[in-house]
Amino acid sequence: MSAGRGYDWQWRLVAAIAAKEWRDRLRNRWVLAVALVFAAFALLIAYFGGAQSGTIGLRSTAATVASLTSLAIYLVPLIALLLGFDAVVGERERGVLDLLISLPIRRAELLVGKYLGLAAALALATLVGFGTALVPLAHAMDGAAMVLYLRFVGSALLLGLAFLSMAVLVSTLAHDRARATGAAIALWFGFVLVFDLSLLGILVASAGRYASSWAPYALLCNPADVFRVINVFGADALRSAFGLGTLLPQGWNAPATLYGAMAAWIVAPLGLALWRFR
Amino acid sequence: MQTGECGLNAAVVELAGVGKRYGATAVVRNVDLCCGKGEVVGLVGHNGAGKSTLFKMMLGIVAADEGELRLFGEPVRGRGFRDVRRAIGYLPESIALYDNLSGLETLQFFARLKFADPAGCAALLDRVGLGHAMRRAVREYSKGMRQRLGFAQALLGAPRLLLLDEPTNGLDPQAIHAFYDVLDELKRGGTTVILSSHLLAEIQSRVDWLAIMASGRLVARGAVTSLTATADLPALAWLLPRDDAQARVFEALSAAGFVPLREDDGSLRFAVAPARRIALLRTLAWLADALIDYTLTEPTLEDVFLRHQRAGALPEQRA
Repeated sequence: MSAGRGYDWQWRLVAAIAAKEWRDRLRNRWVLAVALVFAAFALLIAYFGGAQSGTIGLRSTAATVASLTSLAIYLVPLIALLLGFDAVVGERERGVLDLLISLPIRRAELLVGKYLGLAAALALATLVGFGTALVPLAHAMDGAAMVLYLRFVGSALLLGLAFLSMAVLVSTLAHDRARATGAAIALWFGFVLVFDLSLLGILVASAGRYASSWAPYALLCNPADVFRVINVFGADALRSAFGLGTLLPQGWNAPATLYGAMAAWIVAPLGLALWRFR
Repeated sequence: MQTGECGLNAAVVELAGVGKRYGATAVVRNVDLCCGKGEVVGLVGHNGAGKSTLFKMMLGIVAADEGELRLFGEPVRGRGFRDVRRAIGYLPESIALYDNLSGLETLQFFARLKFADPAGCAALLDRVGLGHAMRRAVREYSKGMRQRLGFAQALLGAPRLLLLDEPTNGLDPQAIHAFYDVLDELKRGGTTVILSSHLLAEIQSRVDWLAIMASGRLVARGAVTSLTATADLPALAWLLPRDDAQARVFEALSAAGFVPLREDDGSLRFAVAPARRIALLRTLAWLADALIDYTLTEPTLEDVFLRHQRAGALPEQRA
């Protein structure tokens, strides 16, 4: 028993926790269910997304991605929050958390293992779900369209990881599962509905004055909006459709800024959870 | 050196002045405790006496507000404690393991976290009597089977210290017997065991000594016999005199200083203080031809326990 080895980071312990979470989600068919939902929605939108304008069948990839983005903005955060909200508080309620902490695993290793296992399950569901939809769509896509679609899938995964990170934070803060559920729902409402409405309200109330300087950056404060910007404002064909193009300062939607903001939304809540869970 | 006190020999568990409060409530107060190698110690007390909190502090799950805790000489929550954890087996009081995993998978999962060889898990499940069900999902396990799985988990990695919080909860008598057999084996191998229970009758013959907790304090500790002696509780005598000798028996007992109570069926009941047991024997020998039957009921450990618990609660009431 050598003293001083106590603070070694043990990846094998992280892997053991992650593998257990991963297997759990595969076994209770969570991954399968979510992949099916994603695939079904992607196909429905690809074929019937243009129905309101009187056409049925495959549309342009840009239009499909724009419709998928609107849907994914609601669906992906919800699924990620549901996946992660009981990661810690659930173990605490079952009485397993005390046992886990009594083992030679650091709390940080436990939490990172949980996050990685759940993230892997979410990644598999997202990639398989939206990837399946690609099979019937691929023949109608050229290279540029494929890039649009893959960027959508990749950013949807990042969006999920950001909300999973928030869910894990909620799970370390909450006293019980009921409160964690409430907090997760509140986060979903806040980021997906209330945030945009509030921003819009402020913009309208101020009649757009000064707004062009800060409003775009305010969007970076919401991973759901970052996701929207990555997928919608990236497509030049749709930029003008929203009528915002002239309002926006140059460079705020540079890929580095957007993906940097998304990365921050993944890392920061998890970092806070690690700090809180020490 | 009294049982449970730290001597010169290196102790496995050393607690000195340990206390914990939640808000204004002190749940553990000034607990001193030492356990040596190979000792089996019973920690008893009513619900909420602080037993589980004491376990959690020993494991560093909950931080103590005051006092010092060392396991194998290493401060709990210190840098070197991670290695100590590999030598500890813990069974929490109430635990719901993972429903989706099989018994074997559950054990293998915990084995990996404890740096134990997952290959030994099947044999361990056999040892606790779950060999036949190791591939079934835990969701199908009965309460007793789950408890045995929890126990198997505590045995992973050949621990040198076992902390078992109400380990026989939900076990049938046969499983309880098997549990103590495993404990005896471990004790012979030098493993130190601290187990909590409120089933005193069950553990009194199985532990080397007892520590009694009441309202967060350690109110008494020692071997069962010495605790019984210090409690100074009377035994209960019951005599059935022959019909023609009832008056003679009653008078002889009264003359010897006992206070018999006559029951409807003619039998007599009375308390016998520990110091008066030989005097009773002498009186009974003299009355032998006048008696049909007799019994002497020793105070149970429950009585002893309640007595110590009340004594322990007194200072608090005064304060």
